[in-house]
Amino acid sequence: MNTKDTWKLGEHEFTSRFILGSGKYSLELIQAAVENAGAQIVTMALRRANEGGLANILDYIPDHVTLLPNTSGARNADEAVRIARLAREVCQSSFVKIEIMRDTKYLLPDNYETAKATEILAKEGFVVMPYMFPDLNAARDMANAGAACIMPLGAPIGSNKGLCTKEFIQILIDEINLPIIVDAGIGRPSQACEAMEMGAAAVMANTAIATAGNIPAMAEAFKKAVEAGRSAYLSGLGRVMEKGGSASSPLTGYLQD
Amino acid sequence: MSAENHVNESILSDQIREDQKENRIDHMTYLPGMEDIGSQIMDQVIQEMNNYDYRQYTEAHVRKALASSHRTPEDFKALLSPAALPLLEEIAQQAKKEKERYFGNSITMFTPIYIANYCENYCIYCGFNCHNKIRRAQLNDDEIRREMEAIAKSGLKEILILTGESRRKSTVEYIGKACEIARDYFRVIGLEVYPMNSQEYAYLHQCGADYVTVFQETYNSDKYETLHLAGHKRIFPYRFNAQERAIMGGMRGVGFGALLGLDDFRKDAFATGYHAWLLQKKYPHAEIAFSCPRLRPIINNDRINPMDVHEAQLLQVVCAYRLFMPFASITISTRECKRVRDNLVNIAATKISAGVSTGIGEHVEDLEDKGDEQFEISDGRSVKEVYDDLTALHLQPVMADYLYV
Repeated sequence: MNTKDTWKLGEHEFTSRFILGSGKYSLELIQAAVENAGAQIVTMALRRANEGGLANILDYIPDHVTLLPNTSGARNADEAVRIARLAREVCQSSFVKIEIMRDTKYLLPDNYETAKATEILAKEGFVVMPYMFPDLNAARDMANAGAACIMPLGAPIGSNKGLCTKEFIQILIDEINLPIIVDAGIGRPSQACEAMEMGAAAVMANTAIATAGNIPAMAEAFKKAVEAGRSAYLSGLGRVMEKGGSASSPLTGYLQD
Repeated sequence: MSAENHVNESILSDQIREDQKENRIDHMTYLPGMEDIGSQIMDQVIQEMNNYDYRQYTEAHVRKALASSHRTPEDFKALLSPAALPLLEEIAQQAKKEKERYFGNSITMFTPIYIANYCENYCIYCGFNCHNKIRRAQLNDDEIRREMEAIAKSGLKEILILTGESRRKSTVEYIGKACEIARDYFRVIGLEVYPMNSQEYAYLHQCGADYVTVFQETYNSDKYETLHLAGHKRIFPYRFNAQERAIMGGMRGVGFGALLGLDDFRKDAFATGYHAWLLQKKYPHAEIAFSCPRLRPIINNDRINPMDVHEAQLLQVVCAYRLFMPFASITISTRECKRVRDNLVNIAATKISAGVSTGIGEHVEDLEDKGDEQFEISDGRSVKEVYDDLTALHLQPVMADYLYV
């Protein structure tokens, strides 16, 4: 590649395609994880911000990264909008990842409320990054509402089950003219790699790293996997043989006769 | 001693034995003013609890429950059965994994504030009961503010307001005022007060409260009747439906707890979990929390009682809650000592109190007319000590995990 491989969220350009979560592990490990992941964007739950207080997550995220506050805890569009406005004040960042869950058991995102919040926040000038269940119609609604990207889940959040929704994510990659960032469910570097091979613009992970034996080392493994997947995508994946080799032209061979 | 008539004798006195013989009001009939929401959940819980015969479960049932990724009430029953006890190490390891999936290594810290200890109930096992000659007290608004200010200096952002259960002394408006004051100092406000109607919960939610915990104590209504001799708490179904009314009133989360050891703890733990499970199914957005208080087995009691909740049984119950509802918050009481609490938060619990006093007005030195404590605590660590101990266990203390919006 001669030109630099970059991607954009709104007007903001990034080279790293790995977005790191900062929840579920010790705050003092965040810096090492960010460095090893080579991450330029780090998400954090605004509800964990404790300005001027104990265990304030904002004190642990390095200054040079783009802070991506999320609205976790919001149960509807109205709550998400209010959290996003607070986030802009607290984090001095116009980026917001919309997370709206009406279900405490599965923590599945509510696409309908998310599309509504996307529309309101995009109009207010936010760089809106909606976390969603990979549904093409909902993704179109979010794109039309002004989303900066679409963040479909690979599997239930925290499950580390990988790309359970692969077929549907592929449809979004093919049809939506925005960066598709696979978020939630990615449990292993190989799965992150696969998402990138499919053409995802970026991958986000948290639990997979937070629950690893060595958090900074796993962050690095993800970085490499994401880079490998991206290179594979750019190179054009080779064809995959089915059932041990391809016959020459079983159906159209008669044309040569 | 059979399970049916078991009672932990530490809670009985001659006076209570006499009072138990007197005629008492029907504990299953609502009193005037008590809202009946017509919920079916209580009948379902009682029926399922009555059908629960934990002696039927074998190691195979427990192993199946442990291996399942979507645990059913049947799995929960197996995990609470005596057959699960020999597998406690494996159960604990699985519980830790599930906790980490949902919470990582985060442990939320909070402290209770007792703003009053007046009580109209007669719960024979409780230090606050209205027949106990303790010093009663109620903080006024200014005292509440000073207490909260003192607590907030410790760095805590979550507070649990307790009053004792006297509607007359601690009115809904009084509690609402305390919530409004608390909003000046804290991010998360929970309530552990007498059960009330959904409109009253809605009012307190407006005032800033977001979590309501109500302890059912025991789900065996016959046993309940013999333990709660007077007061509104005596009305079993009104208490049972408190969490549902709280959710209807807009509260974000609700807490459940049986005082393990009052009755058959396996049945009570099952009923507690199943109660929460049914409510979460009906209100999927509601956040669920468990508390796990227990009556300790009587020391030097030569009769070994199968109903006693020793540390192993407590761990079993906590792990069973975690595996049945892995997303629920679980709090460990300061009735337990540091060793037990530290291990439980490491394995399955997610919330711990610190800097606890169960008396009235004890966070500020010069407040007079202090009321007596509800119970003696076994873990007197300060906020800083708990914070440091969690960190040493490679757990991440979290001061607030919620925004009131």
